[in-house]
Amino acid sequence: MRLLTGNDLKTGAVIWWTGRDWSLHVEDAADVGEAGEAILQAEEGTRRVNTPYIIDGSETPDGPRPAHIKDRIRALGPTVRPDLTLKPADPAAGDWVI
Amino acid sequence: MYQYDRYDQAMVDARVEDFRDQTRRRIAGELTEDQFKPLRLKNGLYLQLHAYMLRVAIPYGTFNSRQMRKLADIARKYDRGYGHFTTRQNIQYNWIKLEEAPDLLAELATVEMHAIQTSGESIRNISADQYAGAAADEICDPRPWAELLRQATTFHPEFSYLPRKFKIAVISSKEDRAALRWHDCALRIVRNEAGEEGFEVYAGGGMGRTPFIAYQIRDFLPSGQIFSYLQAILRVWNMHARRDNIHKQRMKILVHDLGEEEFRRQVEEQFAHFLTLGTDFPQAEYDRIAAYFAPPPFESGLSDDIDLSDPDFALWVDRQVIAHKTPGYAIANISLKPVGGIPGDISAEQMDLVADLAERYSFDEIRATHAQNLVLPHVRKADLYTVWQALDAAGLADANLDLVTDIIACPGLDYCSLANARSIPIAQKIAERFADATRQRDIGELKIKISGCINACGHHHAGQIGILGVDRKGTENYQLLLGGSGAEDTSQAKITGPGFDEEGIVDAVERTIERYRELRTDGERFLDTYRRVGMDPFKEAIYG
Amino acid sequence: MAEAALRFRNDDPVEEPAVTLDAFLEQAGASAVRIEAGDDPRRLIPQLGRVKLVEVGFPRFRDGRGFSTARVLREAGYDGEIRAEGDILVDLIFFMRRCGFDSFAPQAPLNRADVDAALSRYEYVYQHAADGAVPIWKLRHG
Repeated sequence: MRLLTGNDLKTGAVIWWTGRDWSLHVEDAADVGEAGEAILQAEEGTRRVNTPYIIDGSETPDGPRPAHIKDRIRALGPTVRPDLTLKPADPAAGDWVI
Repeated sequence: MYQYDRYDQAMVDARVEDFRDQTRRRIAGELTEDQFKPLRLKNGLYLQLHAYMLRVAIPYGTFNSRQMRKLADIARKYDRGYGHFTTRQNIQYNWIKLEEAPDLLAELATVEMHAIQTSGESIRNISADQYAGAAADEICDPRPWAELLRQATTFHPEFSYLPRKFKIAVISSKEDRAALRWHDCALRIVRNEAGEEGFEVYAGGGMGRTPFIAYQIRDFLPSGQIFSYLQAILRVWNMHARRDNIHKQRMKILVHDLGEEEFRRQVEEQFAHFLTLGTDFPQAEYDRIAAYFAPPPFESGLSDDIDLSDPDFALWVDRQVIAHKTPGYAIANISLKPVGGIPGDISAEQMDLVADLAERYSFDEIRATHAQNLVLPHVRKADLYTVWQALDAAGLADANLDLVTDIIACPGLDYCSLANARSIPIAQKIAERFADATRQRDIGELKIKISGCINACGHHHAGQIGILGVDRKGTENYQLLLGGSGAEDTSQAKITGPGFDEEGIVDAVERTIERYRELRTDGERFLDTYRRVGMDPFKEAIYG
Repeated sequence: MAEAALRFRNDDPVEEPAVTLDAFLEQAGASAVRIEAGDDPRRLIPQLGRVKLVEVGFPRFRDGRGFSTARVLREAGYDGEIRAEGDILVDLIFFMRRCGFDSFAPQAPLNRADVDAALSRYEYVYQHAADGAVPIWKLRHG
């Protein structure tokens, strides 16, 4: 699957395109398929997202999983500070990244 | 330390409003990201993996308790309760919002701080010896020159859109505690036979993708001419560097392409021209600045004895405390490398504690080091025990200065959008493997430096043991390098062979260290043994 | 040749088209020259007497070679027009003025209010440049 991601322009937070809107959670990310580039162009103009780009990902029971470790770290947070991630209470979250 | 006058304050205040307007224009869509990026970088604001990251300048690594408390406040108010001290004596915050950055900079300006030129293709923070003004071996305090040059290079109209970044270091001792020859330009204050003060000038060093060690291009430059000389260097580079390939635009590339002789010739030609302009800063300005760096009111008649009956305190003194030039005083190093912790990170609460200790016990002065640690430069020996107890309670009293667990590591893939691999977990695993204090002291001086990508912010080229994280077919992989040095015996580390995974690199480091222990002769550090026996015995141990 | 959108001189603009540096050095009658980012401005110094307009190209605003070009010419005593042409952001104008540029032909039009704000934002300067502004150290010591 193809996921559209970037950083929120004003806050810098990692965001994922859900098909209609931007979410902080990769679980909400939609497969943008062939339409990805067009959505990216349109969204750049709205000034909500900064430097958006399209990545590969796979469908899993836990939701979309970015193909590259860098984007999984973006999705969750720094592996060395679980308390600062989106899932501070989940001891398995780090494994999902690696 | 230096204090702003109304002119300095006006400069940082104007800069805040400048950036506030640029941010407004970006958010309103009047500036594209392509246009805004160089502008925000000139204010130290990166877009990193998780958020914007702000790099705040700590000029030549010197700051005071008021500033440290403000840094703590900022960590709490604008970030997530902590900061990170960098390999260039600055501090970074990882969770900044663009829309709040102008207010953050405005708050910094109230305590004479800023983020000017800490990133981008600018003249960056000028680094200096972290023991300046306290060390017994310096000719004079190098920081007045660092401050003078800071001002001279701030908002320089000709040199604000350079081919790449430009890093300067200034020291005044034979021992090099600032890694001079890894800088684009470095100065060592010396005296000639007539007793006049001047600089040895080095140029063309740098790490990154293609590391180079600087040449010495001048034995003696009269110190009053330094601004002319520096502009000459910058103009030669600004005019002639390549602009087509970002990886070939650092001055070290031009210096290497031209060769030492030709580069020196061109610089001297420009220098002769700049001298005719008569725009050097006068002695009166140097004297004005130097007055701020006069020694604090040290007491006399203090005892040089330290009660070492507490064994943990004794270990800390042995490792962390350095001789001060004034009797009765000492330099106290604060470790930001607790075993298992994140190298260089410090919580807001710890910042407040260090501020209190500095104010009460160190003439209100703190230093940041390029090894990502801190220093209290002027502590009475009689106060060391109290200071240590407070540091110990706050987790800041590891006695590991320059030992195997005093690792320099960049933020790596956990934080940085440029990274290929995580560096912090490697630092943690190595530190945990060698946590035993007796084992650490037995190994002795061993400077490990870890970078998460070839940009080398972890300075792995200068590591006695260097580790470089790479991306190998989508997985993190780590190369091992040996024999680098950032001291006056500057050398570049060499790769050992094929890389390792996350577990493998720790084992490889351990095998390297064990081989060193087998081969060392009396008093040899790891680096000495490596230089004596070469790479082969280590390769055998590592790869079998 | 680009039309100058912003000019800080009182004399009449030069009508002649700016020729390349190589061509200028060949043509004894030319008085307007265009210096590209990669040209060495010192080649012009022997001929400065007949130069009335120097147009300096900025192919990308991050390419700061033009700043050195302008300053080199001013230091050589040139007091004719120096025009910045190309990818010019309002955020560069202040530094450009300090380096000796006195006219601007940006590819994308500049907002005059932004230009005025940029030029008046910094009251002081730390160092000498080509603009004659008095550096702070001189204000401190007289």
